[in-house]
Amino acid sequence: MAVYKRPHSLLDVSMHFCPGCTHGIVHRLVCEVIDEMGIEGDTVGICPVGCSVTSYDYFGVDMIEAAHGRAPAVATGVKRSRPDKFVFTYQGDGDLAAIGTAETVHAATRGENITIIFINNTIYGMTGGQMAPTTLPGQVTQTTPFGRDPLTAGYPVRVCELLSTLTGTAYAERVAADSPAHIAAAKKAIRKGFEVQQNKQGFSIIEVLSTCPTNWGMTPVQAMERLRTEMIPYYPLGVYKDITAEK
Amino acid sequence: MMSEIQLAGFGGQGILFAGKVLAYCGMLADREVSWLPCYGPEMRGGTCNCSVCLSDEPIGSPVVESPDIIIVMNEPSFAKFIDTVKPGGYAFIDNTLVEAQNTRTDIHAFAVPATQLAGDNDLAGGANIILIGKLIKETGIISMDDIEAAIRKIVPAKKEKLIENNLKAIKIGYDY
Amino acid sequence: MKGNEALAEAAVRAGCKCYFGYPITPQTEISAYMAKRMPRCGGVFLQAESEIAAVNMVYGAAASGVRAMTSSSSPGISLKSEGISYIAGCDLPCVIVNVQRGGPGLGGIQPSQSDYYLATKAAGHGDFFMLVYAPSSVQEMADLASRAFDDADKYRMPAMILSDGLLGQMMEPVSFKDHENPPDNKEWACVGHKNKRPHNVINSLYLKPEELEASNIERFKKYDIVKKELHLAEEYLTEDADIIVTGYGAAARIARSAVNGARAEGIKAGLIRPITLWPFPEQAYAKAADTAKVFLDVEFSMGQMVDDIRLATSCRRPVRFFGRTGGVIPTTAEVLEQIRRIAKEELK
Repeated sequence: MAVYKRPHSLLDVSMHFCPGCTHGIVHRLVCEVIDEMGIEGDTVGICPVGCSVTSYDYFGVDMIEAAHGRAPAVATGVKRSRPDKFVFTYQGDGDLAAIGTAETVHAATRGENITIIFINNTIYGMTGGQMAPTTLPGQVTQTTPFGRDPLTAGYPVRVCELLSTLTGTAYAERVAADSPAHIAAAKKAIRKGFEVQQNKQGFSIIEVLSTCPTNWGMTPVQAMERLRTEMIPYYPLGVYKDITAEK
Repeated sequence: MMSEIQLAGFGGQGILFAGKVLAYCGMLADREVSWLPCYGPEMRGGTCNCSVCLSDEPIGSPVVESPDIIIVMNEPSFAKFIDTVKPGGYAFIDNTLVEAQNTRTDIHAFAVPATQLAGDNDLAGGANIILIGKLIKETGIISMDDIEAAIRKIVPAKKEKLIENNLKAIKIGYDY
Repeated sequence: MKGNEALAEAAVRAGCKCYFGYPITPQTEISAYMAKRMPRCGGVFLQAESEIAAVNMVYGAAASGVRAMTSSSSPGISLKSEGISYIAGCDLPCVIVNVQRGGPGLGGIQPSQSDYYLATKAAGHGDFFMLVYAPSSVQEMADLASRAFDDADKYRMPAMILSDGLLGQMMEPVSFKDHENPPDNKEWACVGHKNKRPHNVINSLYLKPEELEASNIERFKKYDIVKKELHLAEEYLTEDADIIVTGYGAAARIARSAVNGARAEGIKAGLIRPITLWPFPEQAYAKAADTAKVFLDVEFSMGQMVDDIRLATSCRRPVRFFGRTGGVIPTTAEVLEQIRRIAKEELK
């Protein structure tokens, strides 16, 4: 019988994430994939600015802390100078799809051989719950107190759809961290992303729909329910681009 | 001794190239040299100039304020630079393109129909080098050996035809 | 060779493995040169989507232990400020080239020295400095680029080459010296731990104020060492000079011509040319202030170096200023006129 244990590449420390937050799950999935592929010693990770800013305390691989939004550029610098290393970024929606849009789009269009783990929870978590580029229409946040009105605040960005139009994107999949089935699928997707990188096939992004019970003002259970009933309809799960399947 | 040379004309006339040829000649003669171009929109077909210093001492300012020698290849350049030439200095003027006449009597001015000569001799674009040929003849600041070596150095060896044309242009200017 | 090209070639010879750039006049020759040169020597050339991305790519490459460089001109350097601050906060070595043009704002594209403050005092947010070198010739563009890589590695801090459009665009003869390149073995670099050591973290975030304070204090102890070891200046005819003309980079060339002109007229003028701007070569100025009577600072700016000269001389002598700005280059005649005026009015 297999005993469920902490992945080796996930450091044995307690995390600072709020109760019910899905960051911990996704951290674990990334580390399980790193362990299973046996690449811990050859991986360099890039942290963003946001709730996962201190991920370097959790991931046991060499880690670099980037400025807000710049993780794909930092990852490019690492990958270009050390092409034989696995390089991934771990970024939230404000980091990746607002301040770092240019870095994200251009890393993708260059076909930069890196893997991005993208946490979409429709809100800025660390700064206390402001509107993110992915905040849904009508969603109440600190900076959309009457609900996001697309007429003044614009529409949410669908990142996987956007990036899948770029030739340089090799793999783009949206997954969710709400149910055991979805979490298993998320892990498979993350593994796929790293394999695409291993095979030098180009840019891969795994978007993980996540929760933020604290800033959504919900219990963890309610938050999971919201993810299912409100987020997935707007952000459909699935593979948006897979050059390994195109023959 | 220090020679300050100002070259000016339209973008595309080979002003910067002619300046480089002069600077290389200075280098081959073991002199201190500098070459300073104008840059910016001028590169896109407007007026263009560069200054070259050849000196036996380390060059302080590479900016030429009152040149010993000017080469001017269009009307605006003539108007801009003719009065800056030091008394006793030299002006080489492409009078195919410059209609204005030099009225200064304290400088040595040479009008050479360089663009016309280049066209007549099947050397399109060689007017700049024809004027250099004339400059060598009149000022003697550069030797014929050095100019030939400089051209061979700057023009890629695989463009043998271009080297020949440049050497021919020098001779036409020298003999004019 | 153009100054920009000489600098690029010297960087390659100094072991620069990665260059990330973005086009802007008057430094674009550096990018163009690297685009051709890097693939031939197994290096990396990449045109980034912005100056911000370029400096962050440098950050990544430096964090993974290789010699990396980016270049830009004044408005682009403003954008790089963010990355420079992170690089300094992580104690990473790299080289940033600023081929200055006129500002503020979009300014102009002609040569200027209006980023002295930016380079020496305000390169980004936070308590930090970077090494700043001011070449004055095409040869020095090459020599100081090479030196900047070595010093940046030695002190683990970013280094800036503060040049300008005149030096970048002008051609002079240049010779390249042999350069011994360092081994690729920085133990702090993020290159994968191979399961042989604890994981390395390159980071400038300290959530506890005391830890951030301690890290800043530690960095400033290093700066004290740098200040002792690295202060370069050229002194020309200073020993008996009544008037010390001073300026850096291209301005120093014009100042030097004016000093020669003044000497020919019997005015005892000399020149101090700072080669490092941070650390500022205070020693040369302090010594000159013992004997000289007046200082004249010449810049392509509104006078950004004047304060440092006053500090270096403890305000013992008056510091006059003459500059042109916005891309206008002061002429030798203008500077000489200033020297004459000072000689007449301020020397008995």
